[in-house]
Amino acid sequence: MKSLSEIDTTSKRASRAAGYSWGISEEVGKNIRILEMFGLPGIKNLNDYYKRKKERKFENLNLISADNKTVKSEFCPIIAGTSFLDQSRFLESLKEIKFHKIAYPLLFLPFISRASEIIGKRLLLKLDEKEFLLNFNNNIYSNFLKNEIVEVASNVIVEFVENSDSFSERDWKELYKLSEDTFVEETESLKQSGAGAGLTDND
Amino acid sequence: MKVELRNPNIVMKLSRLGSFHQSKLSFLRSFLKEFKDWKYKKDLFELNEFGYGTAVYSFKKSTRVYSLICFANELNKKERSDRVIATKWDAAFTLYDGVPSKRDIDRLRNEVPKQEVGRLSYKELTLSRANKSVRVFEHVVQSLSDGKQPDIELLSKVGYLYRTTAVYGSGKFGLADRFRIKNREEIYGPFRLEMMLVYLVRQFTFDQVNHVAKQKNPRKAVTLDLEICRNLGIGNSTGLGMAPFIVNHPTLLNNWIYARETALKNIREIKNVKPDDSELFKTCLKKSIKNITSWNTESKYQQKKINSLLNDLNKFIQFIEKDFDYSKEFVFNNIYQWAEDNLGEECVEYIISLMMEPYDDIVNPLINQMSSEEEKYFNIPTDRTVADLREILETKYQEILKIDFSKKKNNQNFWFISKNKEEPRFANRFEENGSDLEQPLAIARDIKKLYEALSVAKNSSTIDKFLINNNELRHVVRRAFIIEKFPYSEIQDNIIGQSLIPIDMLRLKLSFFGALKFDPRSDKWLRICMFQGAPLPDELKNYDAQWVYNSLD
Repeated sequence: MKSLSEIDTTSKRASRAAGYSWGISEEVGKNIRILEMFGLPGIKNLNDYYKRKKERKFENLNLISADNKTVKSEFCPIIAGTSFLDQSRFLESLKEIKFHKIAYPLLFLPFISRASEIIGKRLLLKLDEKEFLLNFNNNIYSNFLKNEIVEVASNVIVEFVENSDSFSERDWKELYKLSEDTFVEETESLKQSGAGAGLTDND
Repeated sequence: MKVELRNPNIVMKLSRLGSFHQSKLSFLRSFLKEFKDWKYKKDLFELNEFGYGTAVYSFKKSTRVYSLICFANELNKKERSDRVIATKWDAAFTLYDGVPSKRDIDRLRNEVPKQEVGRLSYKELTLSRANKSVRVFEHVVQSLSDGKQPDIELLSKVGYLYRTTAVYGSGKFGLADRFRIKNREEIYGPFRLEMMLVYLVRQFTFDQVNHVAKQKNPRKAVTLDLEICRNLGIGNSTGLGMAPFIVNHPTLLNNWIYARETALKNIREIKNVKPDDSELFKTCLKKSIKNITSWNTESKYQQKKINSLLNDLNKFIQFIEKDFDYSKEFVFNNIYQWAEDNLGEECVEYIISLMMEPYDDIVNPLINQMSSEEEKYFNIPTDRTVADLREILETKYQEILKIDFSKKKNNQNFWFISKNKEEPRFANRFEENGSDLEQPLAIARDIKKLYEALSVAKNSSTIDKFLINNNELRHVVRRAFIIEKFPYSEIQDNIIGQSLIPIDMLRLKLSFFGALKFDPRSDKWLRICMFQGAPLPDELKNYDAQWVYNSLD
């Protein structure tokens, strides 16, 4: 089994050889490490993308907007991902961002996962029918479990999930009430000796 | 009195970094301190009459066990080479996480001797190989089998029975990634498991030499005197492979230097130095002279440094014995300032190392801060502005920005990865092919390029916009934001310039390892000795913390 350190180094060097700058290659190294750590097929998709990239040109998406459409071919997942990562702090006000045709979209995914950590919000990534909930780059919840190459996603959507409770106030109150059963009623004398007791707080 | 940390623009010059010496912060010393209470055991020793076979040694505490597995093999003299391109060695080693089963040992017997072309698993933590100093090993075997101890002069000249030629860890060749083990308290200090491997290998070399001598002449053979064992270490040949490490791990480099600088600052701030503490400093200083007078090297470069160090130390000893008043306040600040005013860099740094000896209370808390969570600082803060970044460059890279890279001498060399051994190398870009495949280590040149690009960008523009057209400089944008938080993260020199002495980079790293007696064999590789004078594994409980100065007692 390859270590994550080997995966990072080899992906970085291969990215440089495929024509990316060292700085972007460093990002790819970290990304493939993330994919493989979360059990997603990073090496397999990267290898296939770099083979395909020799034969045809993919479009660079440098400035992300709410709706991003390609002119000729699919977007390069690495340049689009780098742009998303760099611009993520300014993008969250958009709530939802659409991309039409991203090549090898699993290579785009770790940029979004890292953006989730940077902005402190969960991000929902939809690659056609595949969905990935990216939880602050700590884990990924998905309906996609296959170890396969995904060559293109025609409709890609990134949704910024607002930080909110997944439960009702009633659920919370009921559970809180139960938790109170671990508390002990204080006597009057104990209350008098607590922190700050006997002092004026207007000093 | 408040003392400022030393200026990174001075400390991080390569001539200064290449003058660093071992200290209490060094990893082999902090390793011994951490593991002194662990239970040491020789678990297996199955060698044939020539010393070939398998051995296992372990350190155990509570439920945690680390086991060194040694494979000693027969090696044709023609195949013995310290070069990294070698494919066979006298012995190969791996540090196993836990107690290896017979099946594990059988698996590793097929992989470990192959080193870089073998495959290890997440259960193995570090990997290494070593060759005998044949001259010394054979002499010791012959002497012991004749019933006498070996020639001390020969042993002290060489200093070891074996020398390693590489020690790998952190995920190389399938070894365990650091994330799997980084939360273990006993390995909070950097390279602790690499140090454990080397330390246990040292014990294996003694056991092996005793075993071979005994097999040769069972009736007459004696074992190697323990005092002689203590005075032997493990040699190491180190080449350029180590140099890029300190460029590629900026936050780690910062944490090493920051610990050293913080220790110095805190010691200089001590108002009233206790007589016992100044006495220990003086004792270590005097004893340490033997480490310098027994420092053998044929390198003219190093000889010059050693001679100047010795002269400066004599000058210093004269000063502290005749002209210095220990009853005054801020003794160590006065010593430091006198040293800076009167001595060379090599000696100043030597004295700083010695100043740490009395101060466990200052040094020990710093040891655990010498690792780094590098991933935390990887993302570029793209919401910052061009003006912010330019200011960082102007304050943190002042000297670098003065370099004129249009001059050939400042742009002479390039770093690359060799195809045959996947190791870092260094070559003249105007004489050798391959500079188009240059590694991103020309930090000074690229920082200068970044500065030029920033000077035509709009001040209020944010970094995400700047990067759209400047992604070829992304690697140095990342670094600049790292140095903003970590002042000692960057070498303040041009490491592609004509005047670069690569062994200065090696010496910096090796001094933090705790190596002694740097012996440059060219400007690109050197030999060192580790653990010379160190206590043996079953003596660790009550060992002398200043053992490093006892090596010739």
